Amino acid sequence: MTFTTKALLVLLTLSTAACTRPDRFGGGINDGTAGANNGANAGVNAPTGASDPSSPQFFAQTIGDRVLFEVDSATLTAAGQATLDGQAGWLQTNADYLAIVEGHADEQGTREYNLALGARRANTVREYLISKGVPSTRLRTISYGKERPIEVCSEEACYAKNRRAVTIISVGALS
Amino acid sequence: MLKLMKALGLALFLAAPVAAQDGPLRLTITDGVIEPLPFAVPGFQAETAGAEQLAADITRLVAQDLANTGLFREIPASAFISQPASFGAPVAYPDWRAINAQALIGGAVAVSGDQLVVKFRLYDVFAGTELGEGLQFAGTVQGWRRMAHKVADAAYSRITGEGGYFDSRVVFVSEAGPKDARQKRLAIMDYDGANLQFLTDSSAIVLAPRFSPRGDRVLYTSYESGFPRINVLDVANVGRQQLPTAEGEMAFSPRFSRDGNQVIYSLANGGNTDLYRTDLASGAHTRLTSAPSIETAPSFSPDGSRIVFESDRSGTQQLYIMSANGGDAQRISFGEGRYGTPVWSPRGDLIAFTKQNAGRFHIGVMRTDGSEERLLTASFLDEGPTWSPNGRVLMFMRETQGAGGTSTLYSVDISGRNLKAVPVQGAGSDPSWGPLQP
Repeated sequence: MTFTTKALLVLLTLSTAACTRPDRFGGGINDGTAGANNGANAGVNAPTGASDPSSPQFFAQTIGDRVLFEVDSATLTAAGQATLDGQAGWLQTNADYLAIVEGHADEQGTREYNLALGARRANTVREYLISKGVPSTRLRTISYGKERPIEVCSEEACYAKNRRAVTIISVGALS
Repeated sequence: MLKLMKALGLALFLAAPVAAQDGPLRLTITDGVIEPLPFAVPGFQAETAGAEQLAADITRLVAQDLANTGLFREIPASAFISQPASFGAPVAYPDWRAINAQALIGGAVAVSGDQLVVKFRLYDVFAGTELGEGLQFAGTVQGWRRMAHKVADAAYSRITGEGGYFDSRVVFVSEAGPKDARQKRLAIMDYDGANLQFLTDSSAIVLAPRFSPRGDRVLYTSYESGFPRINVLDVANVGRQQLPTAEGEMAFSPRFSRDGNQVIYSLANGGNTDLYRTDLASGAHTRLTSAPSIETAPSFSPDGSRIVFESDRSGTQQLYIMSANGGDAQRISFGEGRYGTPVWSPRGDLIAFTKQNAGRFHIGVMRTDGSEERLLTASFLDEGPTWSPNGRVLMFMRETQGAGGTSTLYSVDISGRNLKAVPVQGAGSDPSWGPLQP
């Protein structure tokens, strides 16, 4: 039983540290929860605001950082393609930035399947951006499955917003 | 815990052979309606001064383990006509027959310092004989719940002829916070929710822990590195190690082989998810599927020769079985709706799964050829079954609907009876039921 007590003490210390973090979604991309909640606020803090067309805020708010998907689908809609055309243009103009594409699913589905589905969605976006001229070395993907919904109701209005792929702009090396 | 396990020796006590008898006490668990078997547990005798409370607690836990199965019904002490004079004294069978107790459990508890000894005897009241031999368990006072579970396992096993499952643990994901900011951490507890301990903090998402067959290690998916990766955690010292995964790949949905030496899991690369197998000692890995579809949630057959998994190669999520070396797969699910998270039963005869149909989720079982599908539960979201060590009970997660939705662990018999919430402190998901402890 001695070991148990020690382990609990260590974990308590760790969890205290986690609780005091001011913004659990505000970390860099090496943080497991980075950018997962809200693409508009995630990523880097650029020196200039949303009115600067070269800022990540402009990308998120004006270009549009996300595309939505139909139920159990990873096929881009026409609206999604239009958004991604804008993203590809922006990424080519602002060549210093890297991007990570997050794939998400709604809660109607099993955990593992939704992780795989999110991976499919993120990859669809990545492939589309590459086809429009964005170098593949600047794009990475991650799937959160159904782990990070932005809307919490259990209705289609919420599900539709959760079935998404969000392009998060970042600086520095992708690791 | 190690200390306890070493100390917890099982000794035969008073080796009296079971006499041949007519119609011995035996509860055969079938799928038909079962009338719970009435049993009586007079308070275990305290054989040393100061052991009274412990004796009472152990008696209660033994009774609770048995009654919670739904297969047994405890006769309240208020109905008792007499009390046993001492442990091992001749049993006044007529007094127990008169209140229709079919099984009588006798016990005694002795404490010496930190050491605890629990003795146990089981009687077949209507045959008027002892069922099996007396048993004695020795351990520490802190491990008293395990000793009570061992007594209940012995009683369950002698009456049903099947293995018990009470002295076992469950690893799961403990959850806190709202749906859009949920915190998850690995936790471990006894099968009945007692002795909860956390194994990780909640700084990164953790998913779907899976016990090793011996219960000494846990595989799980963690976002600690920023991307989904598989970790192996040593339960005894909470040390963890990441399975090597190439950059740009996502690894998840791991499960041990029955010998604990290999891991099967899903790897997503370029948006495509396939199954792989890695040998833990050598690190050698083998690709098992190569299809543009999603292949995930693999689970070994008990003999290690086959793997059941889910795939959407037909257009929707369905269950398939293939050789443990990959190759052709045979589809086994053909009902309406989608099927996922298949888990091979420890007996080898059944596959438990999650089914999604017409906006509802179910936990179900089917034979390994897909026949005799039986849905055991239905709710807004039931998911991820795990087998009790004896293959009689499934534990799973049930999530409630809407903005305030939370996850709770539930258990249900493979007959569909005895659905109940597992008394866990806080919300929980993704349970994995470990083996009977040594």
